[in-house]
Amino acid sequence: MSKKLTPSEKRLEIEILRYHPEQDEEPYLQQFEIPYTTDMTILEALQFIKDHLDSTVSFRWSCRMAICGSCGLMVNGVPKLGCKAFLRDYYPNKITLEALANFPIERDLVVVMDDFINKLEEIKPYLIPEKEPQFLTKGTYQQTPEQLEKFKQYSMCINCGLCYSACPQYALDNKFIGPAALALIARYNRDSRDAGSAERMKIVNQEVGVWGCTFVGYCSVVCPKGVDPAAAIQLLKVESSKDYLIGMFKP
Amino acid sequence: MSKRRPYNRELSSDWWLKDIFYSQYMLREGSSIFITLYSLILAWGVFRLSQGEVAFNAWMEALQHPLSILFHLIALAFALYHSITWFSLAPKAVDLWIKGKRLNEKIIILTHYIAFVFVSIFCLFIIIS
Repeated sequence: MSKKLTPSEKRLEIEILRYHPEQDEEPYLQQFEIPYTTDMTILEALQFIKDHLDSTVSFRWSCRMAICGSCGLMVNGVPKLGCKAFLRDYYPNKITLEALANFPIERDLVVVMDDFINKLEEIKPYLIPEKEPQFLTKGTYQQTPEQLEKFKQYSMCINCGLCYSACPQYALDNKFIGPAALALIARYNRDSRDAGSAERMKIVNQEVGVWGCTFVGYCSVVCPKGVDPAAAIQLLKVESSKDYLIGMFKP
Repeated sequence: MSKRRPYNRELSSDWWLKDIFYSQYMLREGSSIFITLYSLILAWGVFRLSQGEVAFNAWMEALQHPLSILFHLIALAFALYHSITWFSLAPKAVDLWIKGKRLNEKIIILTHYIAFVFVSIFCLFIIIS
């Protein structure tokens, strides 16, 4: 059932990079025209296209409110969350949508994120207590607001992958641990309840750890949750240097 | 059988021209070429100084060539660009906490500029005296 468009409605042109592995050798651009309203998001535009124009368009989404991190895509070459980017910021110009850069395309706007997820798992993203884990009957681990403040912003990451799409170092060599995973290391290393820093510093100190970063800084610009991975990495570089210097004087 | 065939997009060599943010970053990195050349010319001058007055004066003479002046103006522009962009990024690498709050970014940037002005005046003072 296709929706009738009245002539008075404002229209907007949207271009989508399509790729169907079972029939396409390589991706190609397809044009769509949709009715435009000021409150429409890119995600809603995609849903309109899927419901009324072409049901074969594939894309990921879930929460529609910038917390699930599923709907990341390139909007005119810039990594964005589809639910957090509005058509009004582009109207009346044409919008080009493409799957998140620096990830392989699975199908249309869906990417293969396995490498990213593996990296997040690799860095031991959980509290490693100093002694034996404390039984709940002994009470919870205490923390002051100041101790919380030291790592809080790094814990706001929703694992959407936009920072990896913004990172030319990850694009050039995907062995680089990358912005989100390194920010997650900072999140746990800076937590007063954690004692796993020494284990995580082995990852940080590598060439593909913090030293793979050349401080482009675009990761922090595109982050939809105000996390500052570039800062996390620079602070970890300081820690890594300290680690190295202390190591030199240890027998 | 799986129909999966993930497609890898190639990174074109002009990736840094496609977004102004990347271009600015490359300019910042590229400034090091001019600063290296500048340092080499300066080091050459020190070497010429060790060879005596005639050699040093010849080096000074060469610096007044219009091409040399043009190069130094470009190098100065790049050095300023590098300093300004670097100062604006500096707060990211500073983890100073005062009374439970992270030090304001503006204070860190301002401190860099104050140090920059102070060192410049100090150097000028040495050259003049």
